[in-house]
Amino acid sequence: MEYSPPPFFQRGPNLVTRLILFSLLALVLLFADARFRYMEDIRGVVGAILYPLQELADVPASIGSRIARYFVLQSTLQRDNARLTQEAFVNAGLLQKQEALVIENDNLRELLKLRPRFEPSAQVAEILYRARDPFVRKIVVDKGATDGVKAGAPVIDASGLVGQVHRVYPWASEVALISDREQAIPVQVVRNGLRAVIFGLGYDGALEVRFMPVNADIEKGDLLVTSGIGGVYPSGLPVAFVDSIERNAAYAFARITCRPASGVGSHRQVMVLASADSYPERPIAPEQTARNDGIREAGIRKQEKTD
Amino acid sequence: MGIPAFGKAYAEEMLLPVKPGYLVLSFFVAFMLNMLPLTGWVLMLRPDFVAIVLLYWGIEHPRKVGFTPAFFLGLAMDVADGSLFGQHALAYCVLMAVAIALHRRLSLFGLRGQMLHVLGILLFAQLIVLIVRQAAGDAFPGWWYFLPSISGCLVWPFVRRLITVPMRQRVNPEEL
Repeated sequence: MEYSPPPFFQRGPNLVTRLILFSLLALVLLFADARFRYMEDIRGVVGAILYPLQELADVPASIGSRIARYFVLQSTLQRDNARLTQEAFVNAGLLQKQEALVIENDNLRELLKLRPRFEPSAQVAEILYRARDPFVRKIVVDKGATDGVKAGAPVIDASGLVGQVHRVYPWASEVALISDREQAIPVQVVRNGLRAVIFGLGYDGALEVRFMPVNADIEKGDLLVTSGIGGVYPSGLPVAFVDSIERNAAYAFARITCRPASGVGSHRQVMVLASADSYPERPIAPEQTARNDGIREAGIRKQEKTD
Repeated sequence: MGIPAFGKAYAEEMLLPVKPGYLVLSFFVAFMLNMLPLTGWVLMLRPDFVAIVLLYWGIEHPRKVGFTPAFFLGLAMDVADGSLFGQHALAYCVLMAVAIALHRRLSLFGLRGQMLHVLGILLFAQLIVLIVRQAAGDAFPGWWYFLPSISGCLVWPFVRRLITVPMRQRVNPEEL
């Protein structure tokens, strides 16, 4: 340890003062971020600077996986190949049927004068890493604003909905998982078309359907898919399977726990869909219209009195 | 003598003066270690290397580092993790303050004594993050949340040893 002899009169502000100063600054930033989301621009800049470092940190893992891929057994490859050929065969059959159905559906929608269904374009993105903060349920993928990713776009994998793009950096974006505490997704039960909203709980492998009456027709094992209401998620993406239902008449709502259909931990690639651009404008919030109605009624009553 | 339970005070070897470039390099390496794309149990156990390196410099060279690197490294960690902007900055600043305040006391302790102090300081820093997140409305993630502090305390001797390697004086035994 070496100390340069401190100048006697200028040692800077003391420890506690400096601590208070920096803590206050951090608290102001925290408050501004948590309450008003003021920090997005600064985050964008820092994120862009950090991106090369993230790529660099990812290098050992990607080299490792490449080496592992190189030393894969031939029997495994053969087995995979056989499985994929079979899957491709089955899928081809389904696809032929689906093409006919799509054309039929388009014709029917046109006959009924319905809006054309939103067909999202998609791009494959690689998962760079999962957020290390235990409070944050996010993954970071390697497609960003330069690839046309927009905030709010849904993200899926082979088996279902993974999440939603939360923040976009120039070359990467943060995807909030469906298990995030702040995620709410409009869903529908496939079996009977019942609509509901599913919420993330903030930990892995569990989602919750809230505000469903105790006698709602929902069963264990039901598949929930996105309903397309709200315009964020295209309809029909698998979201979750119902795991358990607790119907307690003492409470107003049933307690429905679900398990996500997608496996975030088991994939390296996800698909980022484009979010819907042309969605009709939202109606005015109900309390506002109610107040307007109230005012109008009052006005009418006044008029009647004057009459 | 005074502290028999924790062995004798660290026999300080004469270390070369720290170059600012080496400080920056150590922070960079710690930051990269924190950014490794880990998952599962390894991620749960991974110590916060940035906190440990900050703690080392705060204890050994309190005049070389101050709150500024702690603050900005914290902000960088927040952006990399997508967490609330400033939560790590706050925790690292408090950690740095404790390190600077205790640096004279810590130089009296042996390695095990230091490790206990490090455990306490790291737990305190994590507790601050926890309080911030609770205030923001998050649920308590479980007791495993504090595991990085324990693993951080366990890797402390190795980090300490590794970080001083370039600062040791090379003694040539064949020299006169």
